[in-house]
Amino acid sequence: MESQVLKVTNFSAHFSGNQVVNNVSMKVAHNKVTALMGPSGCGKTTLLRCINRMHELIPEAGVSGSILLHNKDIYRMNPILVRKKIGMVFQKPNPFPTMSIYDNVIAGYKLNGISLKRDEKNRIVEDSLKKSALWNEVKDRLYKKGSFLSGGQQQRLCIARALAMNPDILLMDEPTSALDPKATSHIEELLTELKNNITILLVTHNIAQAARVSDFTAFMYLGNMVEFGLTEKLFTVPEDKRTEEYLSGKFG
Amino acid sequence: MAISFLDNNEKDSIMLKAAVLKNRLGSETSMREESQPEQIRASFLSDSVFKTALNVSAVFMLLILAGIFVTLVLESIPSIKAAGFSFLTGKTWDPVFREYGTFVFLVGTLVTSFLALIISIPFSLAIALFSGEYFRQGVFSSFLKSAVELLAGIPSVVYGFWALLILVPLVRTFEMKAGIIPYGVGILTASLILAVMIVPYSASIGSDIISLVPSDLKEAALSLGSTRFEMIMKVVFPYARSGICAGILLSLGRAIGETMAVTMVIGNSNLMPENIFSPANTMASIIANEFTEATGDVYVSSLIEVGLVLLLVSLIITVTGRYIINRTSMQQ
Repeated sequence: MESQVLKVTNFSAHFSGNQVVNNVSMKVAHNKVTALMGPSGCGKTTLLRCINRMHELIPEAGVSGSILLHNKDIYRMNPILVRKKIGMVFQKPNPFPTMSIYDNVIAGYKLNGISLKRDEKNRIVEDSLKKSALWNEVKDRLYKKGSFLSGGQQQRLCIARALAMNPDILLMDEPTSALDPKATSHIEELLTELKNNITILLVTHNIAQAARVSDFTAFMYLGNMVEFGLTEKLFTVPEDKRTEEYLSGKFG
Repeated sequence: MAISFLDNNEKDSIMLKAAVLKNRLGSETSMREESQPEQIRASFLSDSVFKTALNVSAVFMLLILAGIFVTLVLESIPSIKAAGFSFLTGKTWDPVFREYGTFVFLVGTLVTSFLALIISIPFSLAIALFSGEYFRQGVFSSFLKSAVELLAGIPSVVYGFWALLILVPLVRTFEMKAGIIPYGVGILTASLILAVMIVPYSASIGSDIISLVPSDLKEAALSLGSTRFEMIMKVVFPYARSGICAGILLSLGRAIGETMAVTMVIGNSNLMPENIFSPANTMASIIANEFTEATGDVYVSSLIEVGLVLLLVSLIITVTGRYIINRTSMQQ
């Protein structure tokens, strides 16, 4: 019996009258990579954005159902607190261009006005950059701007930024879709290393990526959760016909 | 669940149709090019006409600027000969005794402009944030935007009237309560009306710049658990800094040169101002006040030299401002 970090039950989301996520249920297991895959527009990114309550920032957006983080309903918590506990990495690398690499990593603390002692900061920065496998590449230029890094390095910097907050779960929204193949494989390697210490929910439209890095896979189509289960099982003996058709490249 | 997939036959037939269509379009365009060479020549001609027109108007612009500058310098020569460098450092302006020192007016201009700038910055930043970040759409936001832009279009003599009728009594009441000589007119009143006049410039540029801050950066900040205020202070403002500064600089340029409204409420005193409640004169207001009654070559020439100094002061401020903006945006 694996412990769950996140439990989504009968969850629906809509904005300006469009139902984007339709009665979805799934679980995210502790220290595993769970992949959320499906064709564009299937609602996977919206579901992800609901989990750290970014979806509600769009006007006319609404949700129903429940999402429990360690058995607490995140829609009954302060959204600011939810976002501190649930880290997010975006599709396009987005380090803060006005901050140095060092400041980018501890940006979460700076933004929240949490003051830390010098050596505490140094420890967090070094730790987070080591976890995101960027330390060796940037340790000599920590005080330079993060925007001079390559795309893959920038994305790893964003991962370090999210890790620095010590989140309960890390959400990743197609983190490699803006990267070249080499940087992509670098990030994928990183994911398998990271899951020793952190729970990851990965949105991807890349079937092969889901197969390579995830332990569990959820397949969404047109806002519905078609199938959710162990990656091995879902990829070898899918229960639903639509999953099979998606995996064999008939659509998507 | 009704999902229809294209089967392979359908796909093939669509591809075939697309290919045929492409072919047909391709041959049509090539036919048109061959049959109408004169059209191409005509488009070349219009291109070069357009380019020449652009060049001419650009050069014309520079000629006007140079013309203004040369005229001011030539007309200032009698005054420069008479007063020399003491024109800038002299503290007495007394045309009756032929003393022309403009230091007082230089101080008046700089103090009123910078005071106006300081007063206007909080308001223009607030308006910029309101319409650039908090309420980007909606009736009230667009109403506010056009109201702010309308402010820029009000003639400055109207501002001057309003200041005379409303601001001067207000300032006078304040001065009476504070135990200062209650002129009502003076540097503070001029700065207040100037501040109102320059807010539209920095506010509308600031709002455009703030609305250009990439949403993925804002989302990144929010996803780290920051409040909207923290996001604005630590992500939006640093990102938009150089643009906001450029807007403020533009408004400063406007404040330095503003004439009519200032002349009406600054009190027109040629003495060195003691504090911000004292009546004073700016370089622009002294020209407006005395140009019509200036008799004698040196008097007129001195006023023109004041204009020249005013031009140089705003040039220096613009160039330094640009330099600072470029340097800070390079650091980004």
